[in-house]
Amino acid sequence: MSQATAAPARPALDRSRALAWLQDYGVYLAVALLLLFNALFTPHFLEVGNFRTQLVQVAPIVIVSLGMALVIGTEGVDLSVGSVMSLAAAVSVLYLGYGVAPALLMALVAGAFSGVVGGSLVAFVGVQPIVATLALLVGLRGLANVLVPQLKEFRDPALLSLGSDAVLGVPYVVLVAAVVVAVVGFLMRRTTFGRRLVAIGGNRRAAELSGLPVRRVLVTVYALSGVLAAVAGVLATARLQAADPTSLGLFMELSAITAVVVGGTPLTGGRVRVAGTVMGALLMQLLTSTLTKHDLPSSWNQMAQAAIILVAVYAARERTTR
Amino acid sequence: MSPSDPAVPDEPLIEATGIVKRFPGVLALDDVSFDLRPGEAHALVGENGAGKSTLLKVLTGVYRPDAGSLRVCGEPAAFSGPMDAQNAGVQAIHQEIGLVPLMSVARNLLLGREPRTRLGLLDMRALHRRAAELLEPYGVRVDVRRPLRSFGVGTQQMVALARAVSVDARVVVMDEPTSSLEPREVETLFGVIDRLRAQGIAVVYVSHRMDELFRVCDRVTVLRDGRLVHTGALADLDRLRLVSLMLGRDAAEVRAHGLTKFSGDHERADDAPVLEARGLTRRHQLHGVSVTVRPGEVVGLGGLLGSGRSETAKAIAGALPTDGGTVVIAGTELRRPTTARSTRAGVALLPEDRKAEGIVPTLSIRDNIALAALPALSRAGLVSEARIDRIVETFMTRLRIKASSVQQRVGELSGGNQQKVLLARWLATGPKVLLLDEPTRGIDVGAKAEVQTLIDELAQEGLGVLLISSDLEELVEGSDRVVVLRDGAVAGELTGDQVTEQGVMAAIATAPATPPTTEPAAGPGAGEGPARPAEDAPSPGED
Repeated sequence: MSQATAAPARPALDRSRALAWLQDYGVYLAVALLLLFNALFTPHFLEVGNFRTQLVQVAPIVIVSLGMALVIGTEGVDLSVGSVMSLAAAVSVLYLGYGVAPALLMALVAGAFSGVVGGSLVAFVGVQPIVATLALLVGLRGLANVLVPQLKEFRDPALLSLGSDAVLGVPYVVLVAAVVVAVVGFLMRRTTFGRRLVAIGGNRRAAELSGLPVRRVLVTVYALSGVLAAVAGVLATARLQAADPTSLGLFMELSAITAVVVGGTPLTGGRVRVAGTVMGALLMQLLTSTLTKHDLPSSWNQMAQAAIILVAVYAARERTTR
Repeated sequence: MSPSDPAVPDEPLIEATGIVKRFPGVLALDDVSFDLRPGEAHALVGENGAGKSTLLKVLTGVYRPDAGSLRVCGEPAAFSGPMDAQNAGVQAIHQEIGLVPLMSVARNLLLGREPRTRLGLLDMRALHRRAAELLEPYGVRVDVRRPLRSFGVGTQQMVALARAVSVDARVVVMDEPTSSLEPREVETLFGVIDRLRAQGIAVVYVSHRMDELFRVCDRVTVLRDGRLVHTGALADLDRLRLVSLMLGRDAAEVRAHGLTKFSGDHERADDAPVLEARGLTRRHQLHGVSVTVRPGEVVGLGGLLGSGRSETAKAIAGALPTDGGTVVIAGTELRRPTTARSTRAGVALLPEDRKAEGIVPTLSIRDNIALAALPALSRAGLVSEARIDRIVETFMTRLRIKASSVQQRVGELSGGNQQKVLLARWLATGPKVLLLDEPTRGIDVGAKAEVQTLIDELAQEGLGVLLISSDLEELVEGSDRVVVLRDGAVAGELTGDQVTEQGVMAAIATAPATPPTTEPAAGPGAGEGPARPAEDAPSPGED
């Protein structure tokens, strides 16, 4: 019966409908248009090697953005992701002496722990997410610098291989990102955790009164974001072949928020778009590479990014105020 | 009773002709005309989804109509927004009050036109004096320096009204103004309305309460399904005729079944109580409140606004921390109650504030219904779509939830349907005890009747129901027993033939104002008054 009633309302709503459509699918359209443009006008764009490079570059952003999307879905934000990346990098090279597996494990534990701290501040103490994670943004970067004061190279073959090798032509880095996308998609689509997460973001008080374990879910969400940031930090370190706590992941939180917002997830919470977030990250990556390849200055890139963010925010605003 | 129709040249203040407004999938207003004369109180009634809110929003500039014309004082008007409408003298007092909760009462009253000192700074003393003057006629005596949110809804509403009138409104729109007022405040409001009318201000009055309409209004406009059904003097209609116009049903049918849909007494099973709350205590709010509900019983919780009714329900559901008292559900004591634990034990709380505490507006009807019952609808954390579909379908049908599809967002539904979705959410958990806090507030006559019928059925099926309602008629007709609260303590309990409106009012009024709740740091055990069975002793769930 939905089709029957949906048909008649036409003229006056075209605008708000178009904007709702833009919020939901605009990012796909933009990615498609950019791909088309590049296919036509950028030399060597369609080569496999280029695709591989693009995907390798975007993989860490995708991973971090998905964690960010979950946090934003609860009406929060996680500013600490970039610093968690650097902390994970520091921890992983510190523990490299025990072997790659313990080193990676410790890095992920560090990420999870940071997330639990941030999440607990938000869920139990009632600190606003932006403040709680801002404190971590500052503190964790400092901690990482204490652990590894300057750029520290490593020669562990296994870790190097994680950063540069591939299976069946697909780099490990991209593979990990793909797995993360699948896992997060599964979480949101099929699990009670995913349902609870968006309910908490949509109306926390209602979720509480409905008997949901609000605090536990919140802490888990921030912990997940921390783990994913740690994963991205480890991958980036493997590719760099060195831990660089001072600059690794700088401004990552902004790239991640951008990907999430451009992907159509509202900052007001209550909704998480997994595929959209991936597309958002891809869009920003493609945009940068397109402008670079056509020899346009990076200031153009920044302004183009700003324009895209504004369009995304505008489309989201129209929907919520309707 | 139309004291303000003296002469012919009453040019309408507002004249809306042939208004059409569409939303995705809905024709919300279909060729509706409406006019408003100076000094009249005009009732606007209709079921949920009839188009009342939409029409109000067109009149107050929130929506622009897709077709039709709007004239204000004879001049064609096209409001580009609420500010525009306000400048033209059309002020709305909304159900959801549009004030700034964190600001002081005084700042709210004079927002945007604060008195200044010679230096251009805020003149706080003048601000507070002026604010107090403005509030004076409304019977609200509060410290205007305190933030608005620290006061009850009734007070907030009076502040909104005072503000509207003080900015030279010519038309005041009141949407369910009395829904959260105490009887005394309602009287004050009616007095204010009379005064407004005497000044030639027109009032659009939206309410689901028949008494008020007949008490306050001269004319009535009835909408149904987005169309104009009737406009005319209210004196020409009787209650039943009006209800039948709104419902589109036969008046005789309504007469046969009475105005509320309760069937009357339920068989009172003498089983062990399904809910036993003893000596609930919370500083300043509850003083040793005890309530028991047996399976199949509807127990009313009566009392004035602020008497502790909602707090009692919330304390039982673990949503409000208590300083003392025990809650026993079906023989098992809830230790350290939290909402999660009480839900598992079989307690369901339908909160008073549907919008703030009930619905999750971003989610679909389906996800909203499945929310509380998720543990039962999943295995090892994985959601079973099939089970959700089944349960959602069951309750969509049973509660007759009207929506374009189960995927529609709950935020888009009418109040009555939102309430049904919330009921469905709780029924899906298979509860033993239902705590219903104002289950029919702000929903239309039709949905109200349906909800009342449902409460009856559920009780017959063996649920224990605790019913909170400010609507005395509903409370009395719906309940087998009524526990009356006053100032956070039990003031009396009515059973059998005692359950009458007079009985409840008497219980509220008698025992003349025992020393109110002014022992500040009394803490646990401060409960005085007739009901104090709890010794406060066995409460191991305290910290």
